[in-house]
Amino acid sequence: MSLLHLLTLSPFLIAALIPLLGKAVPRLHKGWFVAALSAALFTILLGYSADIRGGSPVIESFDWIPTLGISFTVYLDGLSLLFALLITGMGALVAVYSVAYMNPEEEDLTRFYILLLIFMGAMLGLVLSDNLLTLYGFWELTSVSSFLLIGYNHAKHRSRYGALKSLLITMTGGVGLLSGFILLYVMSGTYRIRELFEAGAPLVSEPLFLPAMLLILLGAFTKSAQYPFHIWLPDAMEAPTPVSAYLHSATMVKAGLYLVARLSPIFAGTSEWFWFVSLGGLVTLLYGSVGAVKQTDLKGILAYSTISQLGLIMCLLGLSSLAGVFDGEERLLYAAAGTAAVFHLLNHAAFKGALFMVAGIVDHEAGTRDIRKLGGLVQVMPVTFTISAFGALSMAGLPPFGGFLSKEMFLEAVIEPLHAGIFRLETWALLFPVIAWIASVFTFIYSALLVVRTFLGRRQEALSEAKIHEAPPLMLIPPALLAVLALALGLFPGLVAYSLIRPAAEAILPIVQASGERMPSDIKLWHGFTPALWMTVGIVATGTVLALTARRWIGLYSLFPPRLSINRLYDASLRFFERITVRVTSLYMNGSSRSYVKYILGFMLLVLGFILFNSTGITFRVGAYAQIAPYEWFILLGLTASALSVPFAKSRPVAIILTGAAGYLMTLMFVFLRAPDLALTQMVVESISVTLYLLCFYHLPKLRTERQAAKFRLPNFLVAVAVGVLVTLISLAVLGTNPFDPVSDYYVRESYESAGGKNIVNVILVDFRGFDTMLEIMVLGVASLGIYNMIKLRRKATDVGSRHVTHEGEEADDEAARLRKAQYGHDGPDAQPEDMPQSRTEGGEPDAER
Amino acid sequence: MPKGNDIFLQNVSKVVVFIILAFALYLFFTGHGSPGGGFIAGLMTAGALLLLALSFDIETVRKVVPVDYKLLTAAGLLIALCTGTGALFFGEPFLKHAFGYFDLPLLGKTELHTALIFDLGVYLAVIGVTMTILLTIGEDN
Repeated sequence: MSLLHLLTLSPFLIAALIPLLGKAVPRLHKGWFVAALSAALFTILLGYSADIRGGSPVIESFDWIPTLGISFTVYLDGLSLLFALLITGMGALVAVYSVAYMNPEEEDLTRFYILLLIFMGAMLGLVLSDNLLTLYGFWELTSVSSFLLIGYNHAKHRSRYGALKSLLITMTGGVGLLSGFILLYVMSGTYRIRELFEAGAPLVSEPLFLPAMLLILLGAFTKSAQYPFHIWLPDAMEAPTPVSAYLHSATMVKAGLYLVARLSPIFAGTSEWFWFVSLGGLVTLLYGSVGAVKQTDLKGILAYSTISQLGLIMCLLGLSSLAGVFDGEERLLYAAAGTAAVFHLLNHAAFKGALFMVAGIVDHEAGTRDIRKLGGLVQVMPVTFTISAFGALSMAGLPPFGGFLSKEMFLEAVIEPLHAGIFRLETWALLFPVIAWIASVFTFIYSALLVVRTFLGRRQEALSEAKIHEAPPLMLIPPALLAVLALALGLFPGLVAYSLIRPAAEAILPIVQASGERMPSDIKLWHGFTPALWMTVGIVATGTVLALTARRWIGLYSLFPPRLSINRLYDASLRFFERITVRVTSLYMNGSSRSYVKYILGFMLLVLGFILFNSTGITFRVGAYAQIAPYEWFILLGLTASALSVPFAKSRPVAIILTGAAGYLMTLMFVFLRAPDLALTQMVVESISVTLYLLCFYHLPKLRTERQAAKFRLPNFLVAVAVGVLVTLISLAVLGTNPFDPVSDYYVRESYESAGGKNIVNVILVDFRGFDTMLEIMVLGVASLGIYNMIKLRRKATDVGSRHVTHEGEEADDEAARLRKAQYGHDGPDAQPEDMPQSRTEGGEPDAER
Repeated sequence: MPKGNDIFLQNVSKVVVFIILAFALYLFFTGHGSPGGGFIAGLMTAGALLLLALSFDIETVRKVVPVDYKLLTAAGLLIALCTGTGALFFGEPFLKHAFGYFDLPLLGKTELHTALIFDLGVYLAVIGVTMTILLTIGEDN
């Protein structure tokens, strides 16, 4: 356990303490705790940058589950440091912003900040772990916390729809990722990323190499909202704006980029990796920027813009992989794409963070985010306007902002493959500059429209009557800082070029450093009349013309048939799978517990019977057992008698007591067999379960006596007889067969020596197999909560939920209400908003009032 | 659940409940050396409370032991988890236990074991789970 470990886990710790802290200082907004923690983490991490810059990564490790090869190894190199700084730095700004944005009287702040902290911790863990399995764990944790944050306003159907969509898509990718990691393990025998790098070249020739790569890319693409998995990101905008700014633009969606960058040393240099990553990025870049122009919601524009910018960075990462193929000077030329990717990542965080926060401010002050209803806000919100102008200029790639520099580097990088001449680039290399240029034109257009339609022009009538004023300073400071950063990155790129960007880029392409070179990272504002500069001139000229005439050609978008959209596919497939699932499930889940017992026992019969039949060396040593003492005969007779009489009992209590009698006789048997632990447990369990039975049966209707004779059911009879026979056979076989060395010797030997206990049973429970016990009590806890929910929180109707909401439907809530009505015949819980919460408190917290 | 009004049962259980509880505590502490442990002790404690509920009614149990059993489960799980995590701070793998022999006043030479803390988590979780289930089903109308 080191400082770095503590640093990674501290957000979880604070998350656990937030409710207590909130009670201790109720007047302080809970956001300050998050802000303070993030700022502290940021400062500590900054302290590591000198080491990292000197080229010595920090590595700290401890074994977590050593028997499975899972360790929690924290590895801090340039790439991790950059991301960690991004996470904590943005975290601090977003937290400060949220203090003004989230109203403590209306919102459930404790839940919000706990989720935010869990996300932050998961994200830090993700970028700092060196073990693929821990990385995967944190990866899924970010998905889960994002799901909960998108669904923060869980009463809204659209929020739930967006949350579910993001969860389904990113979790699908997550499963792919896990399979990919396991394939890597199969090939190399290690989960450590550093050891995988060392395994190196031989991996490429493995047959599983390509499947592993594709599965991992599936994970990265779904997380980073690459085409065609991008559809969850626009719907994720239902989250509160601080969340959108933090998770869905600056950090979580960049986890996919991080993964691609982190694993580049393994995959780079193969043509598949190059084409999938760069082409996937390129298509996303174009799709996102073209799609952003037609959006009318401020956050919608920003969501599509984020998709497009993520595509840009992904494309750059793909292009940089060409460095693995070439040598010397040429290698450095291609490696420059890696530097550009890292630099653009930083720029994007700055300008997009600022723009998202501005969108939140506009929403907060004007009450709408629809650019059709906005306009002319510059007169009342000059500061907000300036901030958004800075952000948009950087996003559009205009000098002297950071975005200009990285856009130039991007344009240079897309021209480079023209000279590559490998991987069929002779034919296809022209795609890169052409698509990049078109996408950049559209980027320019939406950046312009975003600012112009919100802040310039005439104010709409509805807005001019309302008293709109500038946002409170607390809300302005974080985006203002980011806007200044966007400018500073353009004017003084040297601030970060050698301290942050080069170490990060070198972590993506260790091959450059291995050959004795340094990554090219001289970023200058003026770099001569290069082809890239001329391309930018063209972008600005075309973009200006198109932006001015936007109203005339925007109608072209409606030509695209909505039937073909991926969202329709998503909605349709969800409905399709639901129908199939319902149909298949209703085949065997018929509600009769008798048939469930039949399935369970039948399955047991199949598996156990198969094993018993197939294993060799089983002997039934009939007749070689210990003598049965006379008193044991008594118990056995009693057991048999009580078991046999259960079916013939006339009333339920009698049946229960007879079952209990069998249990208590069993306890006695255990005593005679000298198993005090078993006897004790059996006795207590029996007492409690008999009572539980009595309680349950108390609720059942009276037992009726059937007049007609019970029908004989052959399948039930067969299953019953077969189970009896099988269990008897197994018990006989167990005594005569001993294929393995008994484990008890080990426990007998070790439990006093190394665990310090004399009761082997207990030592096994709490020490040797403590992990099992922990999970078991967890299962018990979940089961009890399930029972509690089922009985105490019963609702009148089940809410159909957001699955039936479609992507396009504006009136999602109406639609869901209609569906509920069709399915349940009444309006369900939402119909009586007054009644529901009341009855919930009555039933749910019976001890609250007492 | 019907309201009990059996005088004999009520008066006997007033005494017996404490005997059972004491025995449960004994089982809990002796677990590492002789039969017992958190699981059995937890069930035994729940059994004592259950006896109270049967001879009086659930209201009585709620009044005598005013605990939210769901929180008790959570607390138990948290204790078990924290014991496991605690080992990490000493550079040991998750859930690695430590023990030692100490000379304590009154008790003499005693073995102190982190497994006991883990067992406390199990104990509380088992009480919480059992009582949540029993009370939920018992209170339902």
